[in-house]
Amino acid sequence: MALMTYAQAAATALGDLMRVDDTVVALGEDLGRGGVFGQYRGLQAEFGAQRVIDTPISEAGIVGAAVGMALAGLRPVVEMRVIDFALCAIDEIVNQAAKNRFMFGGQGRVPLVMRLPIGIWSASAAQHSQSLEAWFAHIPGLVVVTPATPQDNHGLLRAALASGDPVVYMEHKELWGTQAEVDTDEVIALGKACTARAGGDLTLVTWSRGVQPSLDAAQVLSDRGISAEVIDLRTLWPWDRDAVLASCARTKRLLVVHEAVQVAGFGAEVAATVAEALNIPVKRLGAPRIPVGYAQPLENESRLSVDKIVTAAKGFFA
Amino acid sequence: MNSATLLLDLYRTMARIRAFENAAEIASQGGVAAWGLAANAKPALVRGPLHLSTGQEAVAVGVCKHLSRRDLLTSTHRGHGHTLAKGASVVTMMCELFGRATGTNQGKGGSMHIADFSIGMLGANGVVAAGIPIAVGAAHALKIKREPHVVACFFGDGAVNRGPFLEGLNWAQVYELPVLFVCEDNRISATTPTAPMTAGEGATARARSLGLDGLTVDGNDVTAVHDAAQTLIEQIRAGGGPRFLHALTYRFKGHVSVDPGTYRDAAEVEAALLSDPLTLARAKLLGLGVTAGDVDAVDAAAHAEIAAALAAAEAAPWPEPADAYQDIADTGAGTWR
Repeated sequence: MALMTYAQAAATALGDLMRVDDTVVALGEDLGRGGVFGQYRGLQAEFGAQRVIDTPISEAGIVGAAVGMALAGLRPVVEMRVIDFALCAIDEIVNQAAKNRFMFGGQGRVPLVMRLPIGIWSASAAQHSQSLEAWFAHIPGLVVVTPATPQDNHGLLRAALASGDPVVYMEHKELWGTQAEVDTDEVIALGKACTARAGGDLTLVTWSRGVQPSLDAAQVLSDRGISAEVIDLRTLWPWDRDAVLASCARTKRLLVVHEAVQVAGFGAEVAATVAEALNIPVKRLGAPRIPVGYAQPLENESRLSVDKIVTAAKGFFA
Repeated sequence: MNSATLLLDLYRTMARIRAFENAAEIASQGGVAAWGLAANAKPALVRGPLHLSTGQEAVAVGVCKHLSRRDLLTSTHRGHGHTLAKGASVVTMMCELFGRATGTNQGKGGSMHIADFSIGMLGANGVVAAGIPIAVGAAHALKIKREPHVVACFFGDGAVNRGPFLEGLNWAQVYELPVLFVCEDNRISATTPTAPMTAGEGATARARSLGLDGLTVDGNDVTAVHDAAQTLIEQIRAGGGPRFLHALTYRFKGHVSVDPGTYRDAAEVEAALLSDPLTLARAKLLGLGVTAGDVDAVDAAAHAEIAAALAAAEAAPWPEPADAYQDIADTGAGTWR
């Protein structure tokens, strides 16, 4: 066990793999100095500029080149800085990386991990704050990963790198500095949720930055006599339907909590699945369909909060 | 190889491409009920968009003559010529156009996504210019892995107005990658002339502004393409970094096979037909002492080969519906709903 931040946990997982597999390369803007969030710190010094590659500001070029690298035998890790910039590479992600294996009849594989940091952080306003996980969960061929803790950022990045598939890996920018003990031997499977807190009256399903406020809300609810179970999905494709359905079958109530805009968010998929399977009451809590504002009072409208989660949960018991 | 033998060899590949595409064109009639044409009562054997490179064969053939199976290639939506010239089987190619399980892509891609990784052909692409960064990345991998191969990256004149063209060329030059960029300039972007929509002096000037050396060549003269590509590929193989080949040619057909292309000036088309690369090569062959009979024999052999491919494709099995769920991803396999 070692104390690590969420950023250090990812750098550790990547470095450990690069040490044993010389086909792994990382490429993106500002990687040489450790990445803009320090999530590549130390890697270029150890592995050289040929494997930890500083690129031009060319998002389409970066992802497109990574697809070509993968087809020619490398296992690239791509950094997009913030998911908002990945929109400059949406053809490369959706039409090229995700479709390659199927469209060409299984001739090639694209073992490619694309790191697209999401979320509201440091008053970054409308173009640097989005959570677009639902876009990518919609695309056949992509794996979608949303780690919430240092331990998960280590284990899930390792699983993503090992998967051999194109993975959209979404770290939350507000979690980079989160510190915790990390067991670097722990293996985490893609598609497996984790029960972050057990409870019997209500199931809160969440991921990424939604996990901590959901746990805090569960504590508040517990003080008021409501026992909430908190499930961290960890990956949105594939997602752990068995775990969610088993929990909801017991609690008979589901609230899905996410920072992304609620309309057509991934919470709708979870809620619809549970409603279809169990015919129990379901609720969603996500951001209103507004761009993230700069000023704190505006930004707060898009942010999750313990109060918002508690209020939504109490709606089941009114 | 003396010049007559070489040219006859180049001519043979061009004739095979021409025969392949002529056959595919006929098999596609009624396949796309677009362009104001009603679908035939009988469903077309080649469904979906079929982008023909008829008239552009010399570019594919002149370049690919210098590539081994270990060299890599990315193509465009108009990719039959590149695929065939790189060494793919016309039978598996035709099967793919027919959507059969025995096709290069097991029937999952069709003409627009034709690919044969076994010969280093990394795929046609449904998105203009999208193959450019992929080619560049493949070349980057070759450099990192110290493999002595090159990548040929084909794109059209329309692609030079898309961002990935700039991003890819800049990237290749910055990292000194082994790529031959081939701008196959057929003068038209889908159904609109390219020149009035392209600022400045065009493809070669844009490449030069990024420091890429290159050559402009008559893309209908297969010998000229061959010689220019040879010069540039030798420079690339010697470690000289990327090069740019601008091949001027003409698309004889419409944007897709069922598009008669009537939006073009008839005189322009008529003039272009006089520069048919096969006609030019045949005249040159006769000048080099090859007999008309020998050239006719090449045409006849190509025709027979394609006739056999058509028959094989028509008899080939369809993919099973269950195949629609294969080769998507390993993670979460089987949970597609």
